[in-house]
Amino acid sequence: MSARALLLALCLAVTALVPWRAGAQELVADLSDHLIAIDSEFTGTDLLVFGAIEGEGDIVVLVRGPRSSVVVREKARIFGIWLNASSVTFDDVPAFYALATSRPPEEILDGDMRRLNEIGLDQLRLEPEPGTDSDDIAAYRDALIHLRQTTGLYSAEPVKVSFLGKRLFRTVIHFPAAVPVGRYTVDVVLVRDGQVVQSFSPPLTVDKAGLGADIFDFAHDDAALYGLLAVIGAALAGFLGSLLFRRP
Amino acid sequence: MFQIYLPIAEMSVNIFLLFGMGGVIGFLSGLFGVGGGFLITPLLIFIGVPPPVAVGSSVNQVVAASVSGAIAHWRRGNIDFKMGTVLLVGGVAGSLAGILLFDILEALGQIDLVIQLSYVVMLGGVGALMLVESGRAILVRRRGGGGRKKKHVHTWIHGLPLKMRFRTSRLYISALLPLGIGFAVGILAALMGVGGGFFLVPAMIYLLGMPVSIVIGTSLYQITVVAAATTFLHAISGQTVDIVLAGLLTLGAVVGAQLGTRFGAGLKGEELRGLLAMLVLIVCGALFWELVATPTEIFNLSSLTVSP
Repeated sequence: MSARALLLALCLAVTALVPWRAGAQELVADLSDHLIAIDSEFTGTDLLVFGAIEGEGDIVVLVRGPRSSVVVREKARIFGIWLNASSVTFDDVPAFYALATSRPPEEILDGDMRRLNEIGLDQLRLEPEPGTDSDDIAAYRDALIHLRQTTGLYSAEPVKVSFLGKRLFRTVIHFPAAVPVGRYTVDVVLVRDGQVVQSFSPPLTVDKAGLGADIFDFAHDDAALYGLLAVIGAALAGFLGSLLFRRP
Repeated sequence: MFQIYLPIAEMSVNIFLLFGMGGVIGFLSGLFGVGGGFLITPLLIFIGVPPPVAVGSSVNQVVAASVSGAIAHWRRGNIDFKMGTVLLVGGVAGSLAGILLFDILEALGQIDLVIQLSYVVMLGGVGALMLVESGRAILVRRRGGGGRKKKHVHTWIHGLPLKMRFRTSRLYISALLPLGIGFAVGILAALMGVGGGFFLVPAMIYLLGMPVSIVIGTSLYQITVVAAATTFLHAISGQTVDIVLAGLLTLGAVVGAQLGTRFGAGLKGEELRGLLAMLVLIVCGALFWELVATPTEIFNLSSLTVSP
């Protein structure tokens, strides 16, 4: 368990630093990694968020993925066949959402604060594209959240932020195999008496790495050459196959 | 362990599952003499590969599967290059049209439905025809004798303009006919990721009246070129060709095809075709069921990719 040993060392290093910054700096936090690399063996990963606080308080850790538009389509039965009938497009939907808190969020922050900071899946701001007229936006919104939950990209219940003693805290955020690439925002927030005392946003990037990344970039940046090589490769494989197994 | 990340499909799959699928498809293609593209696309969709990537990668695999057959037939002089070239001109045009259609349907959110529906219609039709035909052939063989083949019949087909002479096929027919057939096969290749042999071979025999001995070689020649063009078009229009996926399937298929050919030597033609027909109908039934059964999720998502 060298990872655990490393973590302990890091935590100790953080604590060692804190007294020097006492006063202004009431929160220090960092991630076990600032880059999640999706290589060919990637099956998901755990990210450790850790740090230390000065004095009393609760910790909220919010991880959100890159934002993009998402189309939610609803199937309906037409002539006995289920097909995509109607849709609503939501703008600026985070590709990933995970929350970790030291106590249940309702006990830490009031409704307005939670809404403002998107604390809790029910507070996620999902705006339909301007000009959308559907009387059933709520159903589409719920469907989006539900579907993202089933793929593990949104987590329903907040993960526990646990304290080691009074000052050190840690939590683990899980990223599934299908985690989208892009720049993530991580917000580590210290809350005291319902007010945000200090927040810290260590950078996090999810990117493809290794051969898979090279292939993906090649396919997108040089599509024509990629297509040509895919054809030549397949033709060559077929040709070699026929030579290899040629009947005498 | 043994999971491999597919860079274009953006998912990780067990490497042996892909080898196995390639192997089974290769085995079937060796056994029945079909490309097997019509089985790969549905199988890939079943394991969760996005339908557009399943189509783009499957048609890439078809290139590998058909090129070795085409070479073998070329050595034996079983290819009518003139006929094949007319067919593939139609085929490449059809593939272009198919890719345009594919993009429009994808934007409308209906591509998955159209891919599945095309499979149900094509597999259902072809499977039923094959089953009837092989059943009749088995009956005829048991009874002995059998009906004489109809003599050459003149239809409206022979009144079409742009007549061309195809020496190897010993035909003098309108070029519009092979162009049209090629066009239809091109659309199938682009939409469904198949070579289209199951459609092309009967069309060449019954519609064009080509001699059976050169039909297979000529169709393989046209399939190779059309599949290559379609792969290229999918790669530049939607970046949906996953070479890791196609490569693993191909490796499995090369081995499977050899086993299939050896195994198939001990079976009779009509029985083989009957078995294939049943297999085709099973795949068709499974896809049809997916379309009509009440889905577990009424909603589905698609992210609109924004350029970084």
